[in-house]
Amino acid sequence: MISAGCDVGSLTAKGLLLNESGILASEVIPVSGRPTRAALEVMNLVLKSAGLSMKDVTHLVGTGYGRKRIDFAHSIESEITCHGMGAWWGDHSIRTIIDIGGQDAKAIRVNHEGEVTRYVYNDKCASGTGRFLEIMAEALEVPLDGMASEEEKSTRDVHISSQCVIFAESEVISLVNEGVPVPDIIKGLHGAMAARAAALARSIGIEERITFSGGVARNGGVLRGLEESLGTSLVRTGSDPQLNGALGGALIGARKCGVHVKPPGIMEEEHGTVQAGH
Amino acid sequence: MISAGCDIGSLTSKGVIMENGRIKATAVIASTNNPESSAEKVMNLAVEKAGMAMDDIDVCVGTGYGRDRIPFVQDTASEIVCHGTGARWLVPGAMTVIDIGGQDCKVIRLDAGGQVEKFITNDKCASGTGRFLEVMARVLGVSLDELGTFSAGTMSPITFASTCTVWAQADVIRHLNDGHPLEDIGAGINSAMANRVSMLVSGSKPKPEICMTGGVSKNRGVVQTLEKLLGSRIHLPRRADPQLAGAIGAALLAQKNGRGGAN
Repeated sequence: MISAGCDVGSLTAKGLLLNESGILASEVIPVSGRPTRAALEVMNLVLKSAGLSMKDVTHLVGTGYGRKRIDFAHSIESEITCHGMGAWWGDHSIRTIIDIGGQDAKAIRVNHEGEVTRYVYNDKCASGTGRFLEIMAEALEVPLDGMASEEEKSTRDVHISSQCVIFAESEVISLVNEGVPVPDIIKGLHGAMAARAAALARSIGIEERITFSGGVARNGGVLRGLEESLGTSLVRTGSDPQLNGALGGALIGARKCGVHVKPPGIMEEEHGTVQAGH
Repeated sequence: MISAGCDIGSLTSKGVIMENGRIKATAVIASTNNPESSAEKVMNLAVEKAGMAMDDIDVCVGTGYGRDRIPFVQDTASEIVCHGTGARWLVPGAMTVIDIGGQDCKVIRLDAGGQVEKFITNDKCASGTGRFLEVMARVLGVSLDELGTFSAGTMSPITFASTCTVWAQADVIRHLNDGHPLEDIGAGINSAMANRVSMLVSGSKPKPEICMTGGVSKNRGVVQTLEKLLGSRIHLPRRADPQLAGAIGAALLAQKNGRGGAN
């Protein structure tokens, strides 16, 4: 059995392949132009790196913002279902998932079998989504990937009072003009972003343990801020948080074929939650 | 008596000099990052236009976000009180004031005597403030004045799904790339703005007469769409620049309270 997950987001498309014993390959590409084309491109890429072709795929699940445009998918699942499953698979003790993507933020509660019980979603306001950090990185002339390491040079706490991206951008520019060091501003921005995500999660009630997924979860500064805001340490499942949706899709695809893929971190049944991570 | 009002906002600073309740001179400048120097600059300009000296001013009241740092005022008053007072003077009979500035939107309900009955503000979200229009005008490559004329020029304004300034900006770029006429996009922006403001206004249960002050009241497209949404006429100030409502209100309070009088 080969199961595939194809997650076409607003900014990136992700493809992942699974067989009975685990993940075979995964790829991430930027979305330019039509979702259908991005889906095909990322799937061709991931199949190539696994040495397979499309006809080898038993079941392909499409998910993400562009899911309805993936015409070669066998089934379509909501992002929420896929993210819930993907995160829970990495560690069965996970009950709450905070996911921040390029254009949305969500908090998902799952039960002991990885099924979604509650969720909340923000895509109405850019604040609290990855777009917030992108715009701030541009304003500060720091590469987005370099934000977290810049934060490490911070020596002083700076509070960012604006929630709106537009107003926060002006606030950041004034802070720079006042001579506030960039690492301090970045730490403040990560804290603001984390506080916003924590508030979203609290609105559906938080049950431990918690994990953080989506593209923004790769930013260690926001992760730190989130742990501070929530007052607890988060589960690091060891898998790429950006691939969570595609992974969940592929896992659901496998289930549809009657296959329950065992997570890599679980060594023995009685150590149900032993997992790889930092 | 010579009274003065000084309104130090985050984007612009305004000064008004009044003699016995009539405007002698006004000034508007872009705010500097220092409220003290913004205040000095704008009042010096107003005094010069009036052919006076600072010493000729009997009482000056300060308002706006920088009001506590204006060096020469005898008193300060909240923006809400000043905008309410100024709007009632600009549009006598106004019971509901919609003031949209560069960074906020206020809806103020006044009683028959011109006292503030209740108010709602939005200064948390750029959508529904002048900032929304500024961002969109920049993307469209037109002036704010030109943007205001677009609604009259088209019958088919584009509908914007998102109220968020960031998302709407991305939509505008997409529509431009798709080759939609500038007028249709601009008119859609004005309507989106009016929609957002109407939600705030409706929440305050507006009573006629409704008037609109602040820089955004100069945008005909926004005003006319808002009139349709509220099902009510919106009166615009004719006696002075609508951006001056706060400073006028401050000058009127200065005159009413007299020299050194507490508010």
